[in-house]
Parts: sequence; structure tokens; C-alpha cells
Amino acid sequence: MSYAFSIEPILDNWEIFAQGAAMTLLLTALGAVTGVAAGILGAVSRAWRLPVLSPFYAVYVECVRNTPFLVQLYFIFFGLPSLGVKLSGWEASFLAMALNLGAYSTEIIRAGVMAVPRGQIEAAESLAMDRWQIFRFVILRPALKTVWPALCSQIIIVMLGSSVCSQVAAQELTYAANLIQSRTFRAFEIYFFSTLLYLGLAILVRRFLKAFGRRIIDGRTA
Amino acid sequence: MPLVLAEGIQKNFGSLEVLKGVDLRVEEGEVVAIIGRSGSGKSTLLRIINGLETFDAGILSIDGERRTGLEKDLRPLRLKVGMVFQQFNLFPHLTAGENVMLAPREVKKLSQRAVRELAEETLSKVGLADKFKAYPDQLSGGQQQRVAIARALAMRPKALLCDEITSALDPELVGEVLDVVQRLAAEGMTLIMVTHEMRFARNVGNKLIFMHQGKVHEEGDPRELFAHPKTPELASFTSAIQ
Repeated sequence: MSYAFSIEPILDNWEIFAQGAAMTLLLTALGAVTGVAAGILGAVSRAWRLPVLSPFYAVYVECVRNTPFLVQLYFIFFGLPSLGVKLSGWEASFLAMALNLGAYSTEIIRAGVMAVPRGQIEAAESLAMDRWQIFRFVILRPALKTVWPALCSQIIIVMLGSSVCSQVAAQELTYAANLIQSRTFRAFEIYFFSTLLYLGLAILVRRFLKAFGRRIIDGRTA
Repeated sequence: MPLVLAEGIQKNFGSLEVLKGVDLRVEEGEVVAIIGRSGSGKSTLLRIINGLETFDAGILSIDGERRTGLEKDLRPLRLKVGMVFQQFNLFPHLTAGENVMLAPREVKKLSQRAVRELAEETLSKVGLADKFKAYPDQLSGGQQQRVAIARALAMRPKALLCDEITSALDPELVGEVLDVVQRLAAEGMTLIMVTHEMRFARNVGNKLIFMHQGKVHEEGDPRELFAHPKTPELASFTSAIQ
């Protein structure tokens, strides 16, 4: 063991790392917002067996949950251009992440919707509220609150999974690490540092989501 | 014209006949207590009146409007009859005040100021003006049930249905809820309550309905019925309870 750890390759390339980390965060933020929104619609469609939407979501969820993320990404980036849909690396990455999270969060949020006690829904019905009002004001917040920890974990999983988006030239953190590694040949330092960066980002995002859950989802003032 | 008129209401859950032709007539301002053993169909009858259950045969009209039991949109009906449940069913993520304000704001589209005044008025009517900002889990069972009553009253219903509203309460909290109901009765509110509080049924009710095996077995003046039950079933029921 005579490896001499060198800090220079990291310090010299900090800007590329920073841009990569920023892209990872951006993809995660966009993917999370779109994916959770798709999941909320999916959850209500499945829970209420809405026509058209419910069967659509059933197929979508099964397709996404039973295929690898990398293949989904390749299909969007390399496959769709044959149909005339040409997306850039980051656009394809964003779409793949949102689709992926949308499927998983459909099932997660559905569990939360089903967990809202029947009596609360009956109480809302007896107050002459319509089903969308009931969903929006009575079901949604308690449902999200129940499953928020699971949803946060899924968002982190999708963020870490975004490392494969380097394969379609999305310039996120792993892409940056690969780039620097190919220039410096210091694989140990570069991937060690990227690992630390991912760890830091995951902890940061989890904290942010936890605080967001407390402030916005729970929203209690007392 | 009675406020609630039911004739020959039947309800089956699969092969189980829960209601076998129930007749009920409730005039405006009446306080009707429905008693009977568990499984006699009391709660089902109440839930049918509010449209929480469908019915299989019979005629039901609420405030002069005939119901088929198959309507998709029950909201016009529910604007007329409010309901209070055994398990309170407050919305746990909203304060007492927000629980009361939600439906008037979203359903009746009243202004924020109007719903706020309405919530303050109804909460003080149930003696909880100071609990406007409290969440349900910060309230006792009796207080939660009084908020639930205020929430139903805020929609200004013509009748209030109470489904065993004191059955889930600790004994020492029953009184405060019954006091509220008694005050409503004195103000002329039409009340239909399924209850196990026999003393309350006798002292506050204008009419007593005894249900037995899916039918109205006996009905009439509460004091009269309790003192001189005409059927052995009511006699054995009242003696079992007292």
C-alpha cells in the first residue's frame, strides 16, 4: 500500500464538480415536483377507479416498476428519436426521473389515501362537499403526511439513481466525475470525493424534505 | 308536510335484511329519539336519510323532495340534513375553527369574513369559543363532539341527525354534549337521534321510535312508552337498560 492520495485533482476541478452537483440537484427538484404531482393524480385515479385514468395508471405503474431505470432512460433518449421525439440529455433524464418517481409515488400516495379513515370522508360528504373538494381539503394533506417518510426515501433513491443519466450525457455529478477522471486518471480521489458529495447531497435533501413536510404538509401552528 | 317522510323503506346487505319496511314521519321542530338493540337497523335508517347508504325499496322524501336512493348527486339533500357521528370524525389536520369553516367556505362559497363569524358563532353556541385554534387531538372527546356539532350547524341544516353521539365518550363527558343537544332542541331544531341515553330520550324527545328486527316496533310519546310499553319487546328492552 503505497498509494499517495492527492487532493489537487479535486481542488483543480471544483467548478466542474459544483456544476455537476447543481445539475443533479436541479434534475432531482424538477423530477420530484413533477413525479409527486403525477403520483397524486395516479393515487386518486387508482383509489377511486376513475375511468380511463385508472387503467392507464395501472399499466404505467407496472411497466415502470418492473423494468430497469437505465433501460427506461435509453428508450427515451435513444429510442424516441425514431418517433421524431428528440430530447437533449438533461431533458431525457428529467423525463425518465419524473416518470420513474411518478409510478412509485402513485403506489406510495395511494396507500396514504386509503389510510384516511372512512368516517372523515363520510363527515365531509355529509357536509355536502363534492369528491374533489373532499380529496383536496380532507384527504390530501393527511395522506401525504402519513406517507411522507416513504416518499422522501423514494425521492432520494431517484436522486441517487440519476447517476446513470451520465450515460445519456446529462451533465450531472457522475458525468462530472467521469470527465475529471478521464482527464486526471485519479480514479480513487475523484470517485471517493463524488461519493462524499452524493452522501452530502442526500443528507441535505432529506433534511430539506423533512422540514418541508413539517412546515407545508403538516402545517400545524400549534 | 313533514320534514322527513319514509314509507316502507327496505335495505338489504347481501342476503341480510336490515330494514324490512320502515315508516317514519318527522315534523319540523320535532325531537325524535330512535332506540333499539344493536343490529335493529337504527343507524342504517339514519344513514339512509343522509344518503350515506342507498335503500332497496320504499319511499323517502326530505323537505318535500322525493328521493330514489340512487341519485348520483346527494349534495342538495345534504345541505338540508346535517349529521353528527359516534366517532366525531373531525378533520385532524385542521383546527376546530377550520373544521367548522371548511364546508361553508368551499360548498356555500361564503366570504372568509362571513365563515369566520359563522364559526365563532357556532363554536360559542357549543361553548367552545376559546378553542377556535385548537387541533382535534388537543381537545377532549366531549369537546371534539361539540366541535362536530358546530361544524354541522354551520351549514344551517333543517334537521340534525345524531348517530349515537355520546357512545364513544367517557361517562363524565356525556353530559356536556347532551346539554348542547338539549339547547338545540329548545331552540326548535329538528333532531333525529339514535341514542342509548334513555333518560335523555324520555326527557327531551317529543317522539320515541323503538326499532326491533328491522322495523319500527313501537312509537309514540316517550314518557308514555317508557311508562307503559305496549309490546313485550320494548318492555324487556327498557328493563334490560334501566
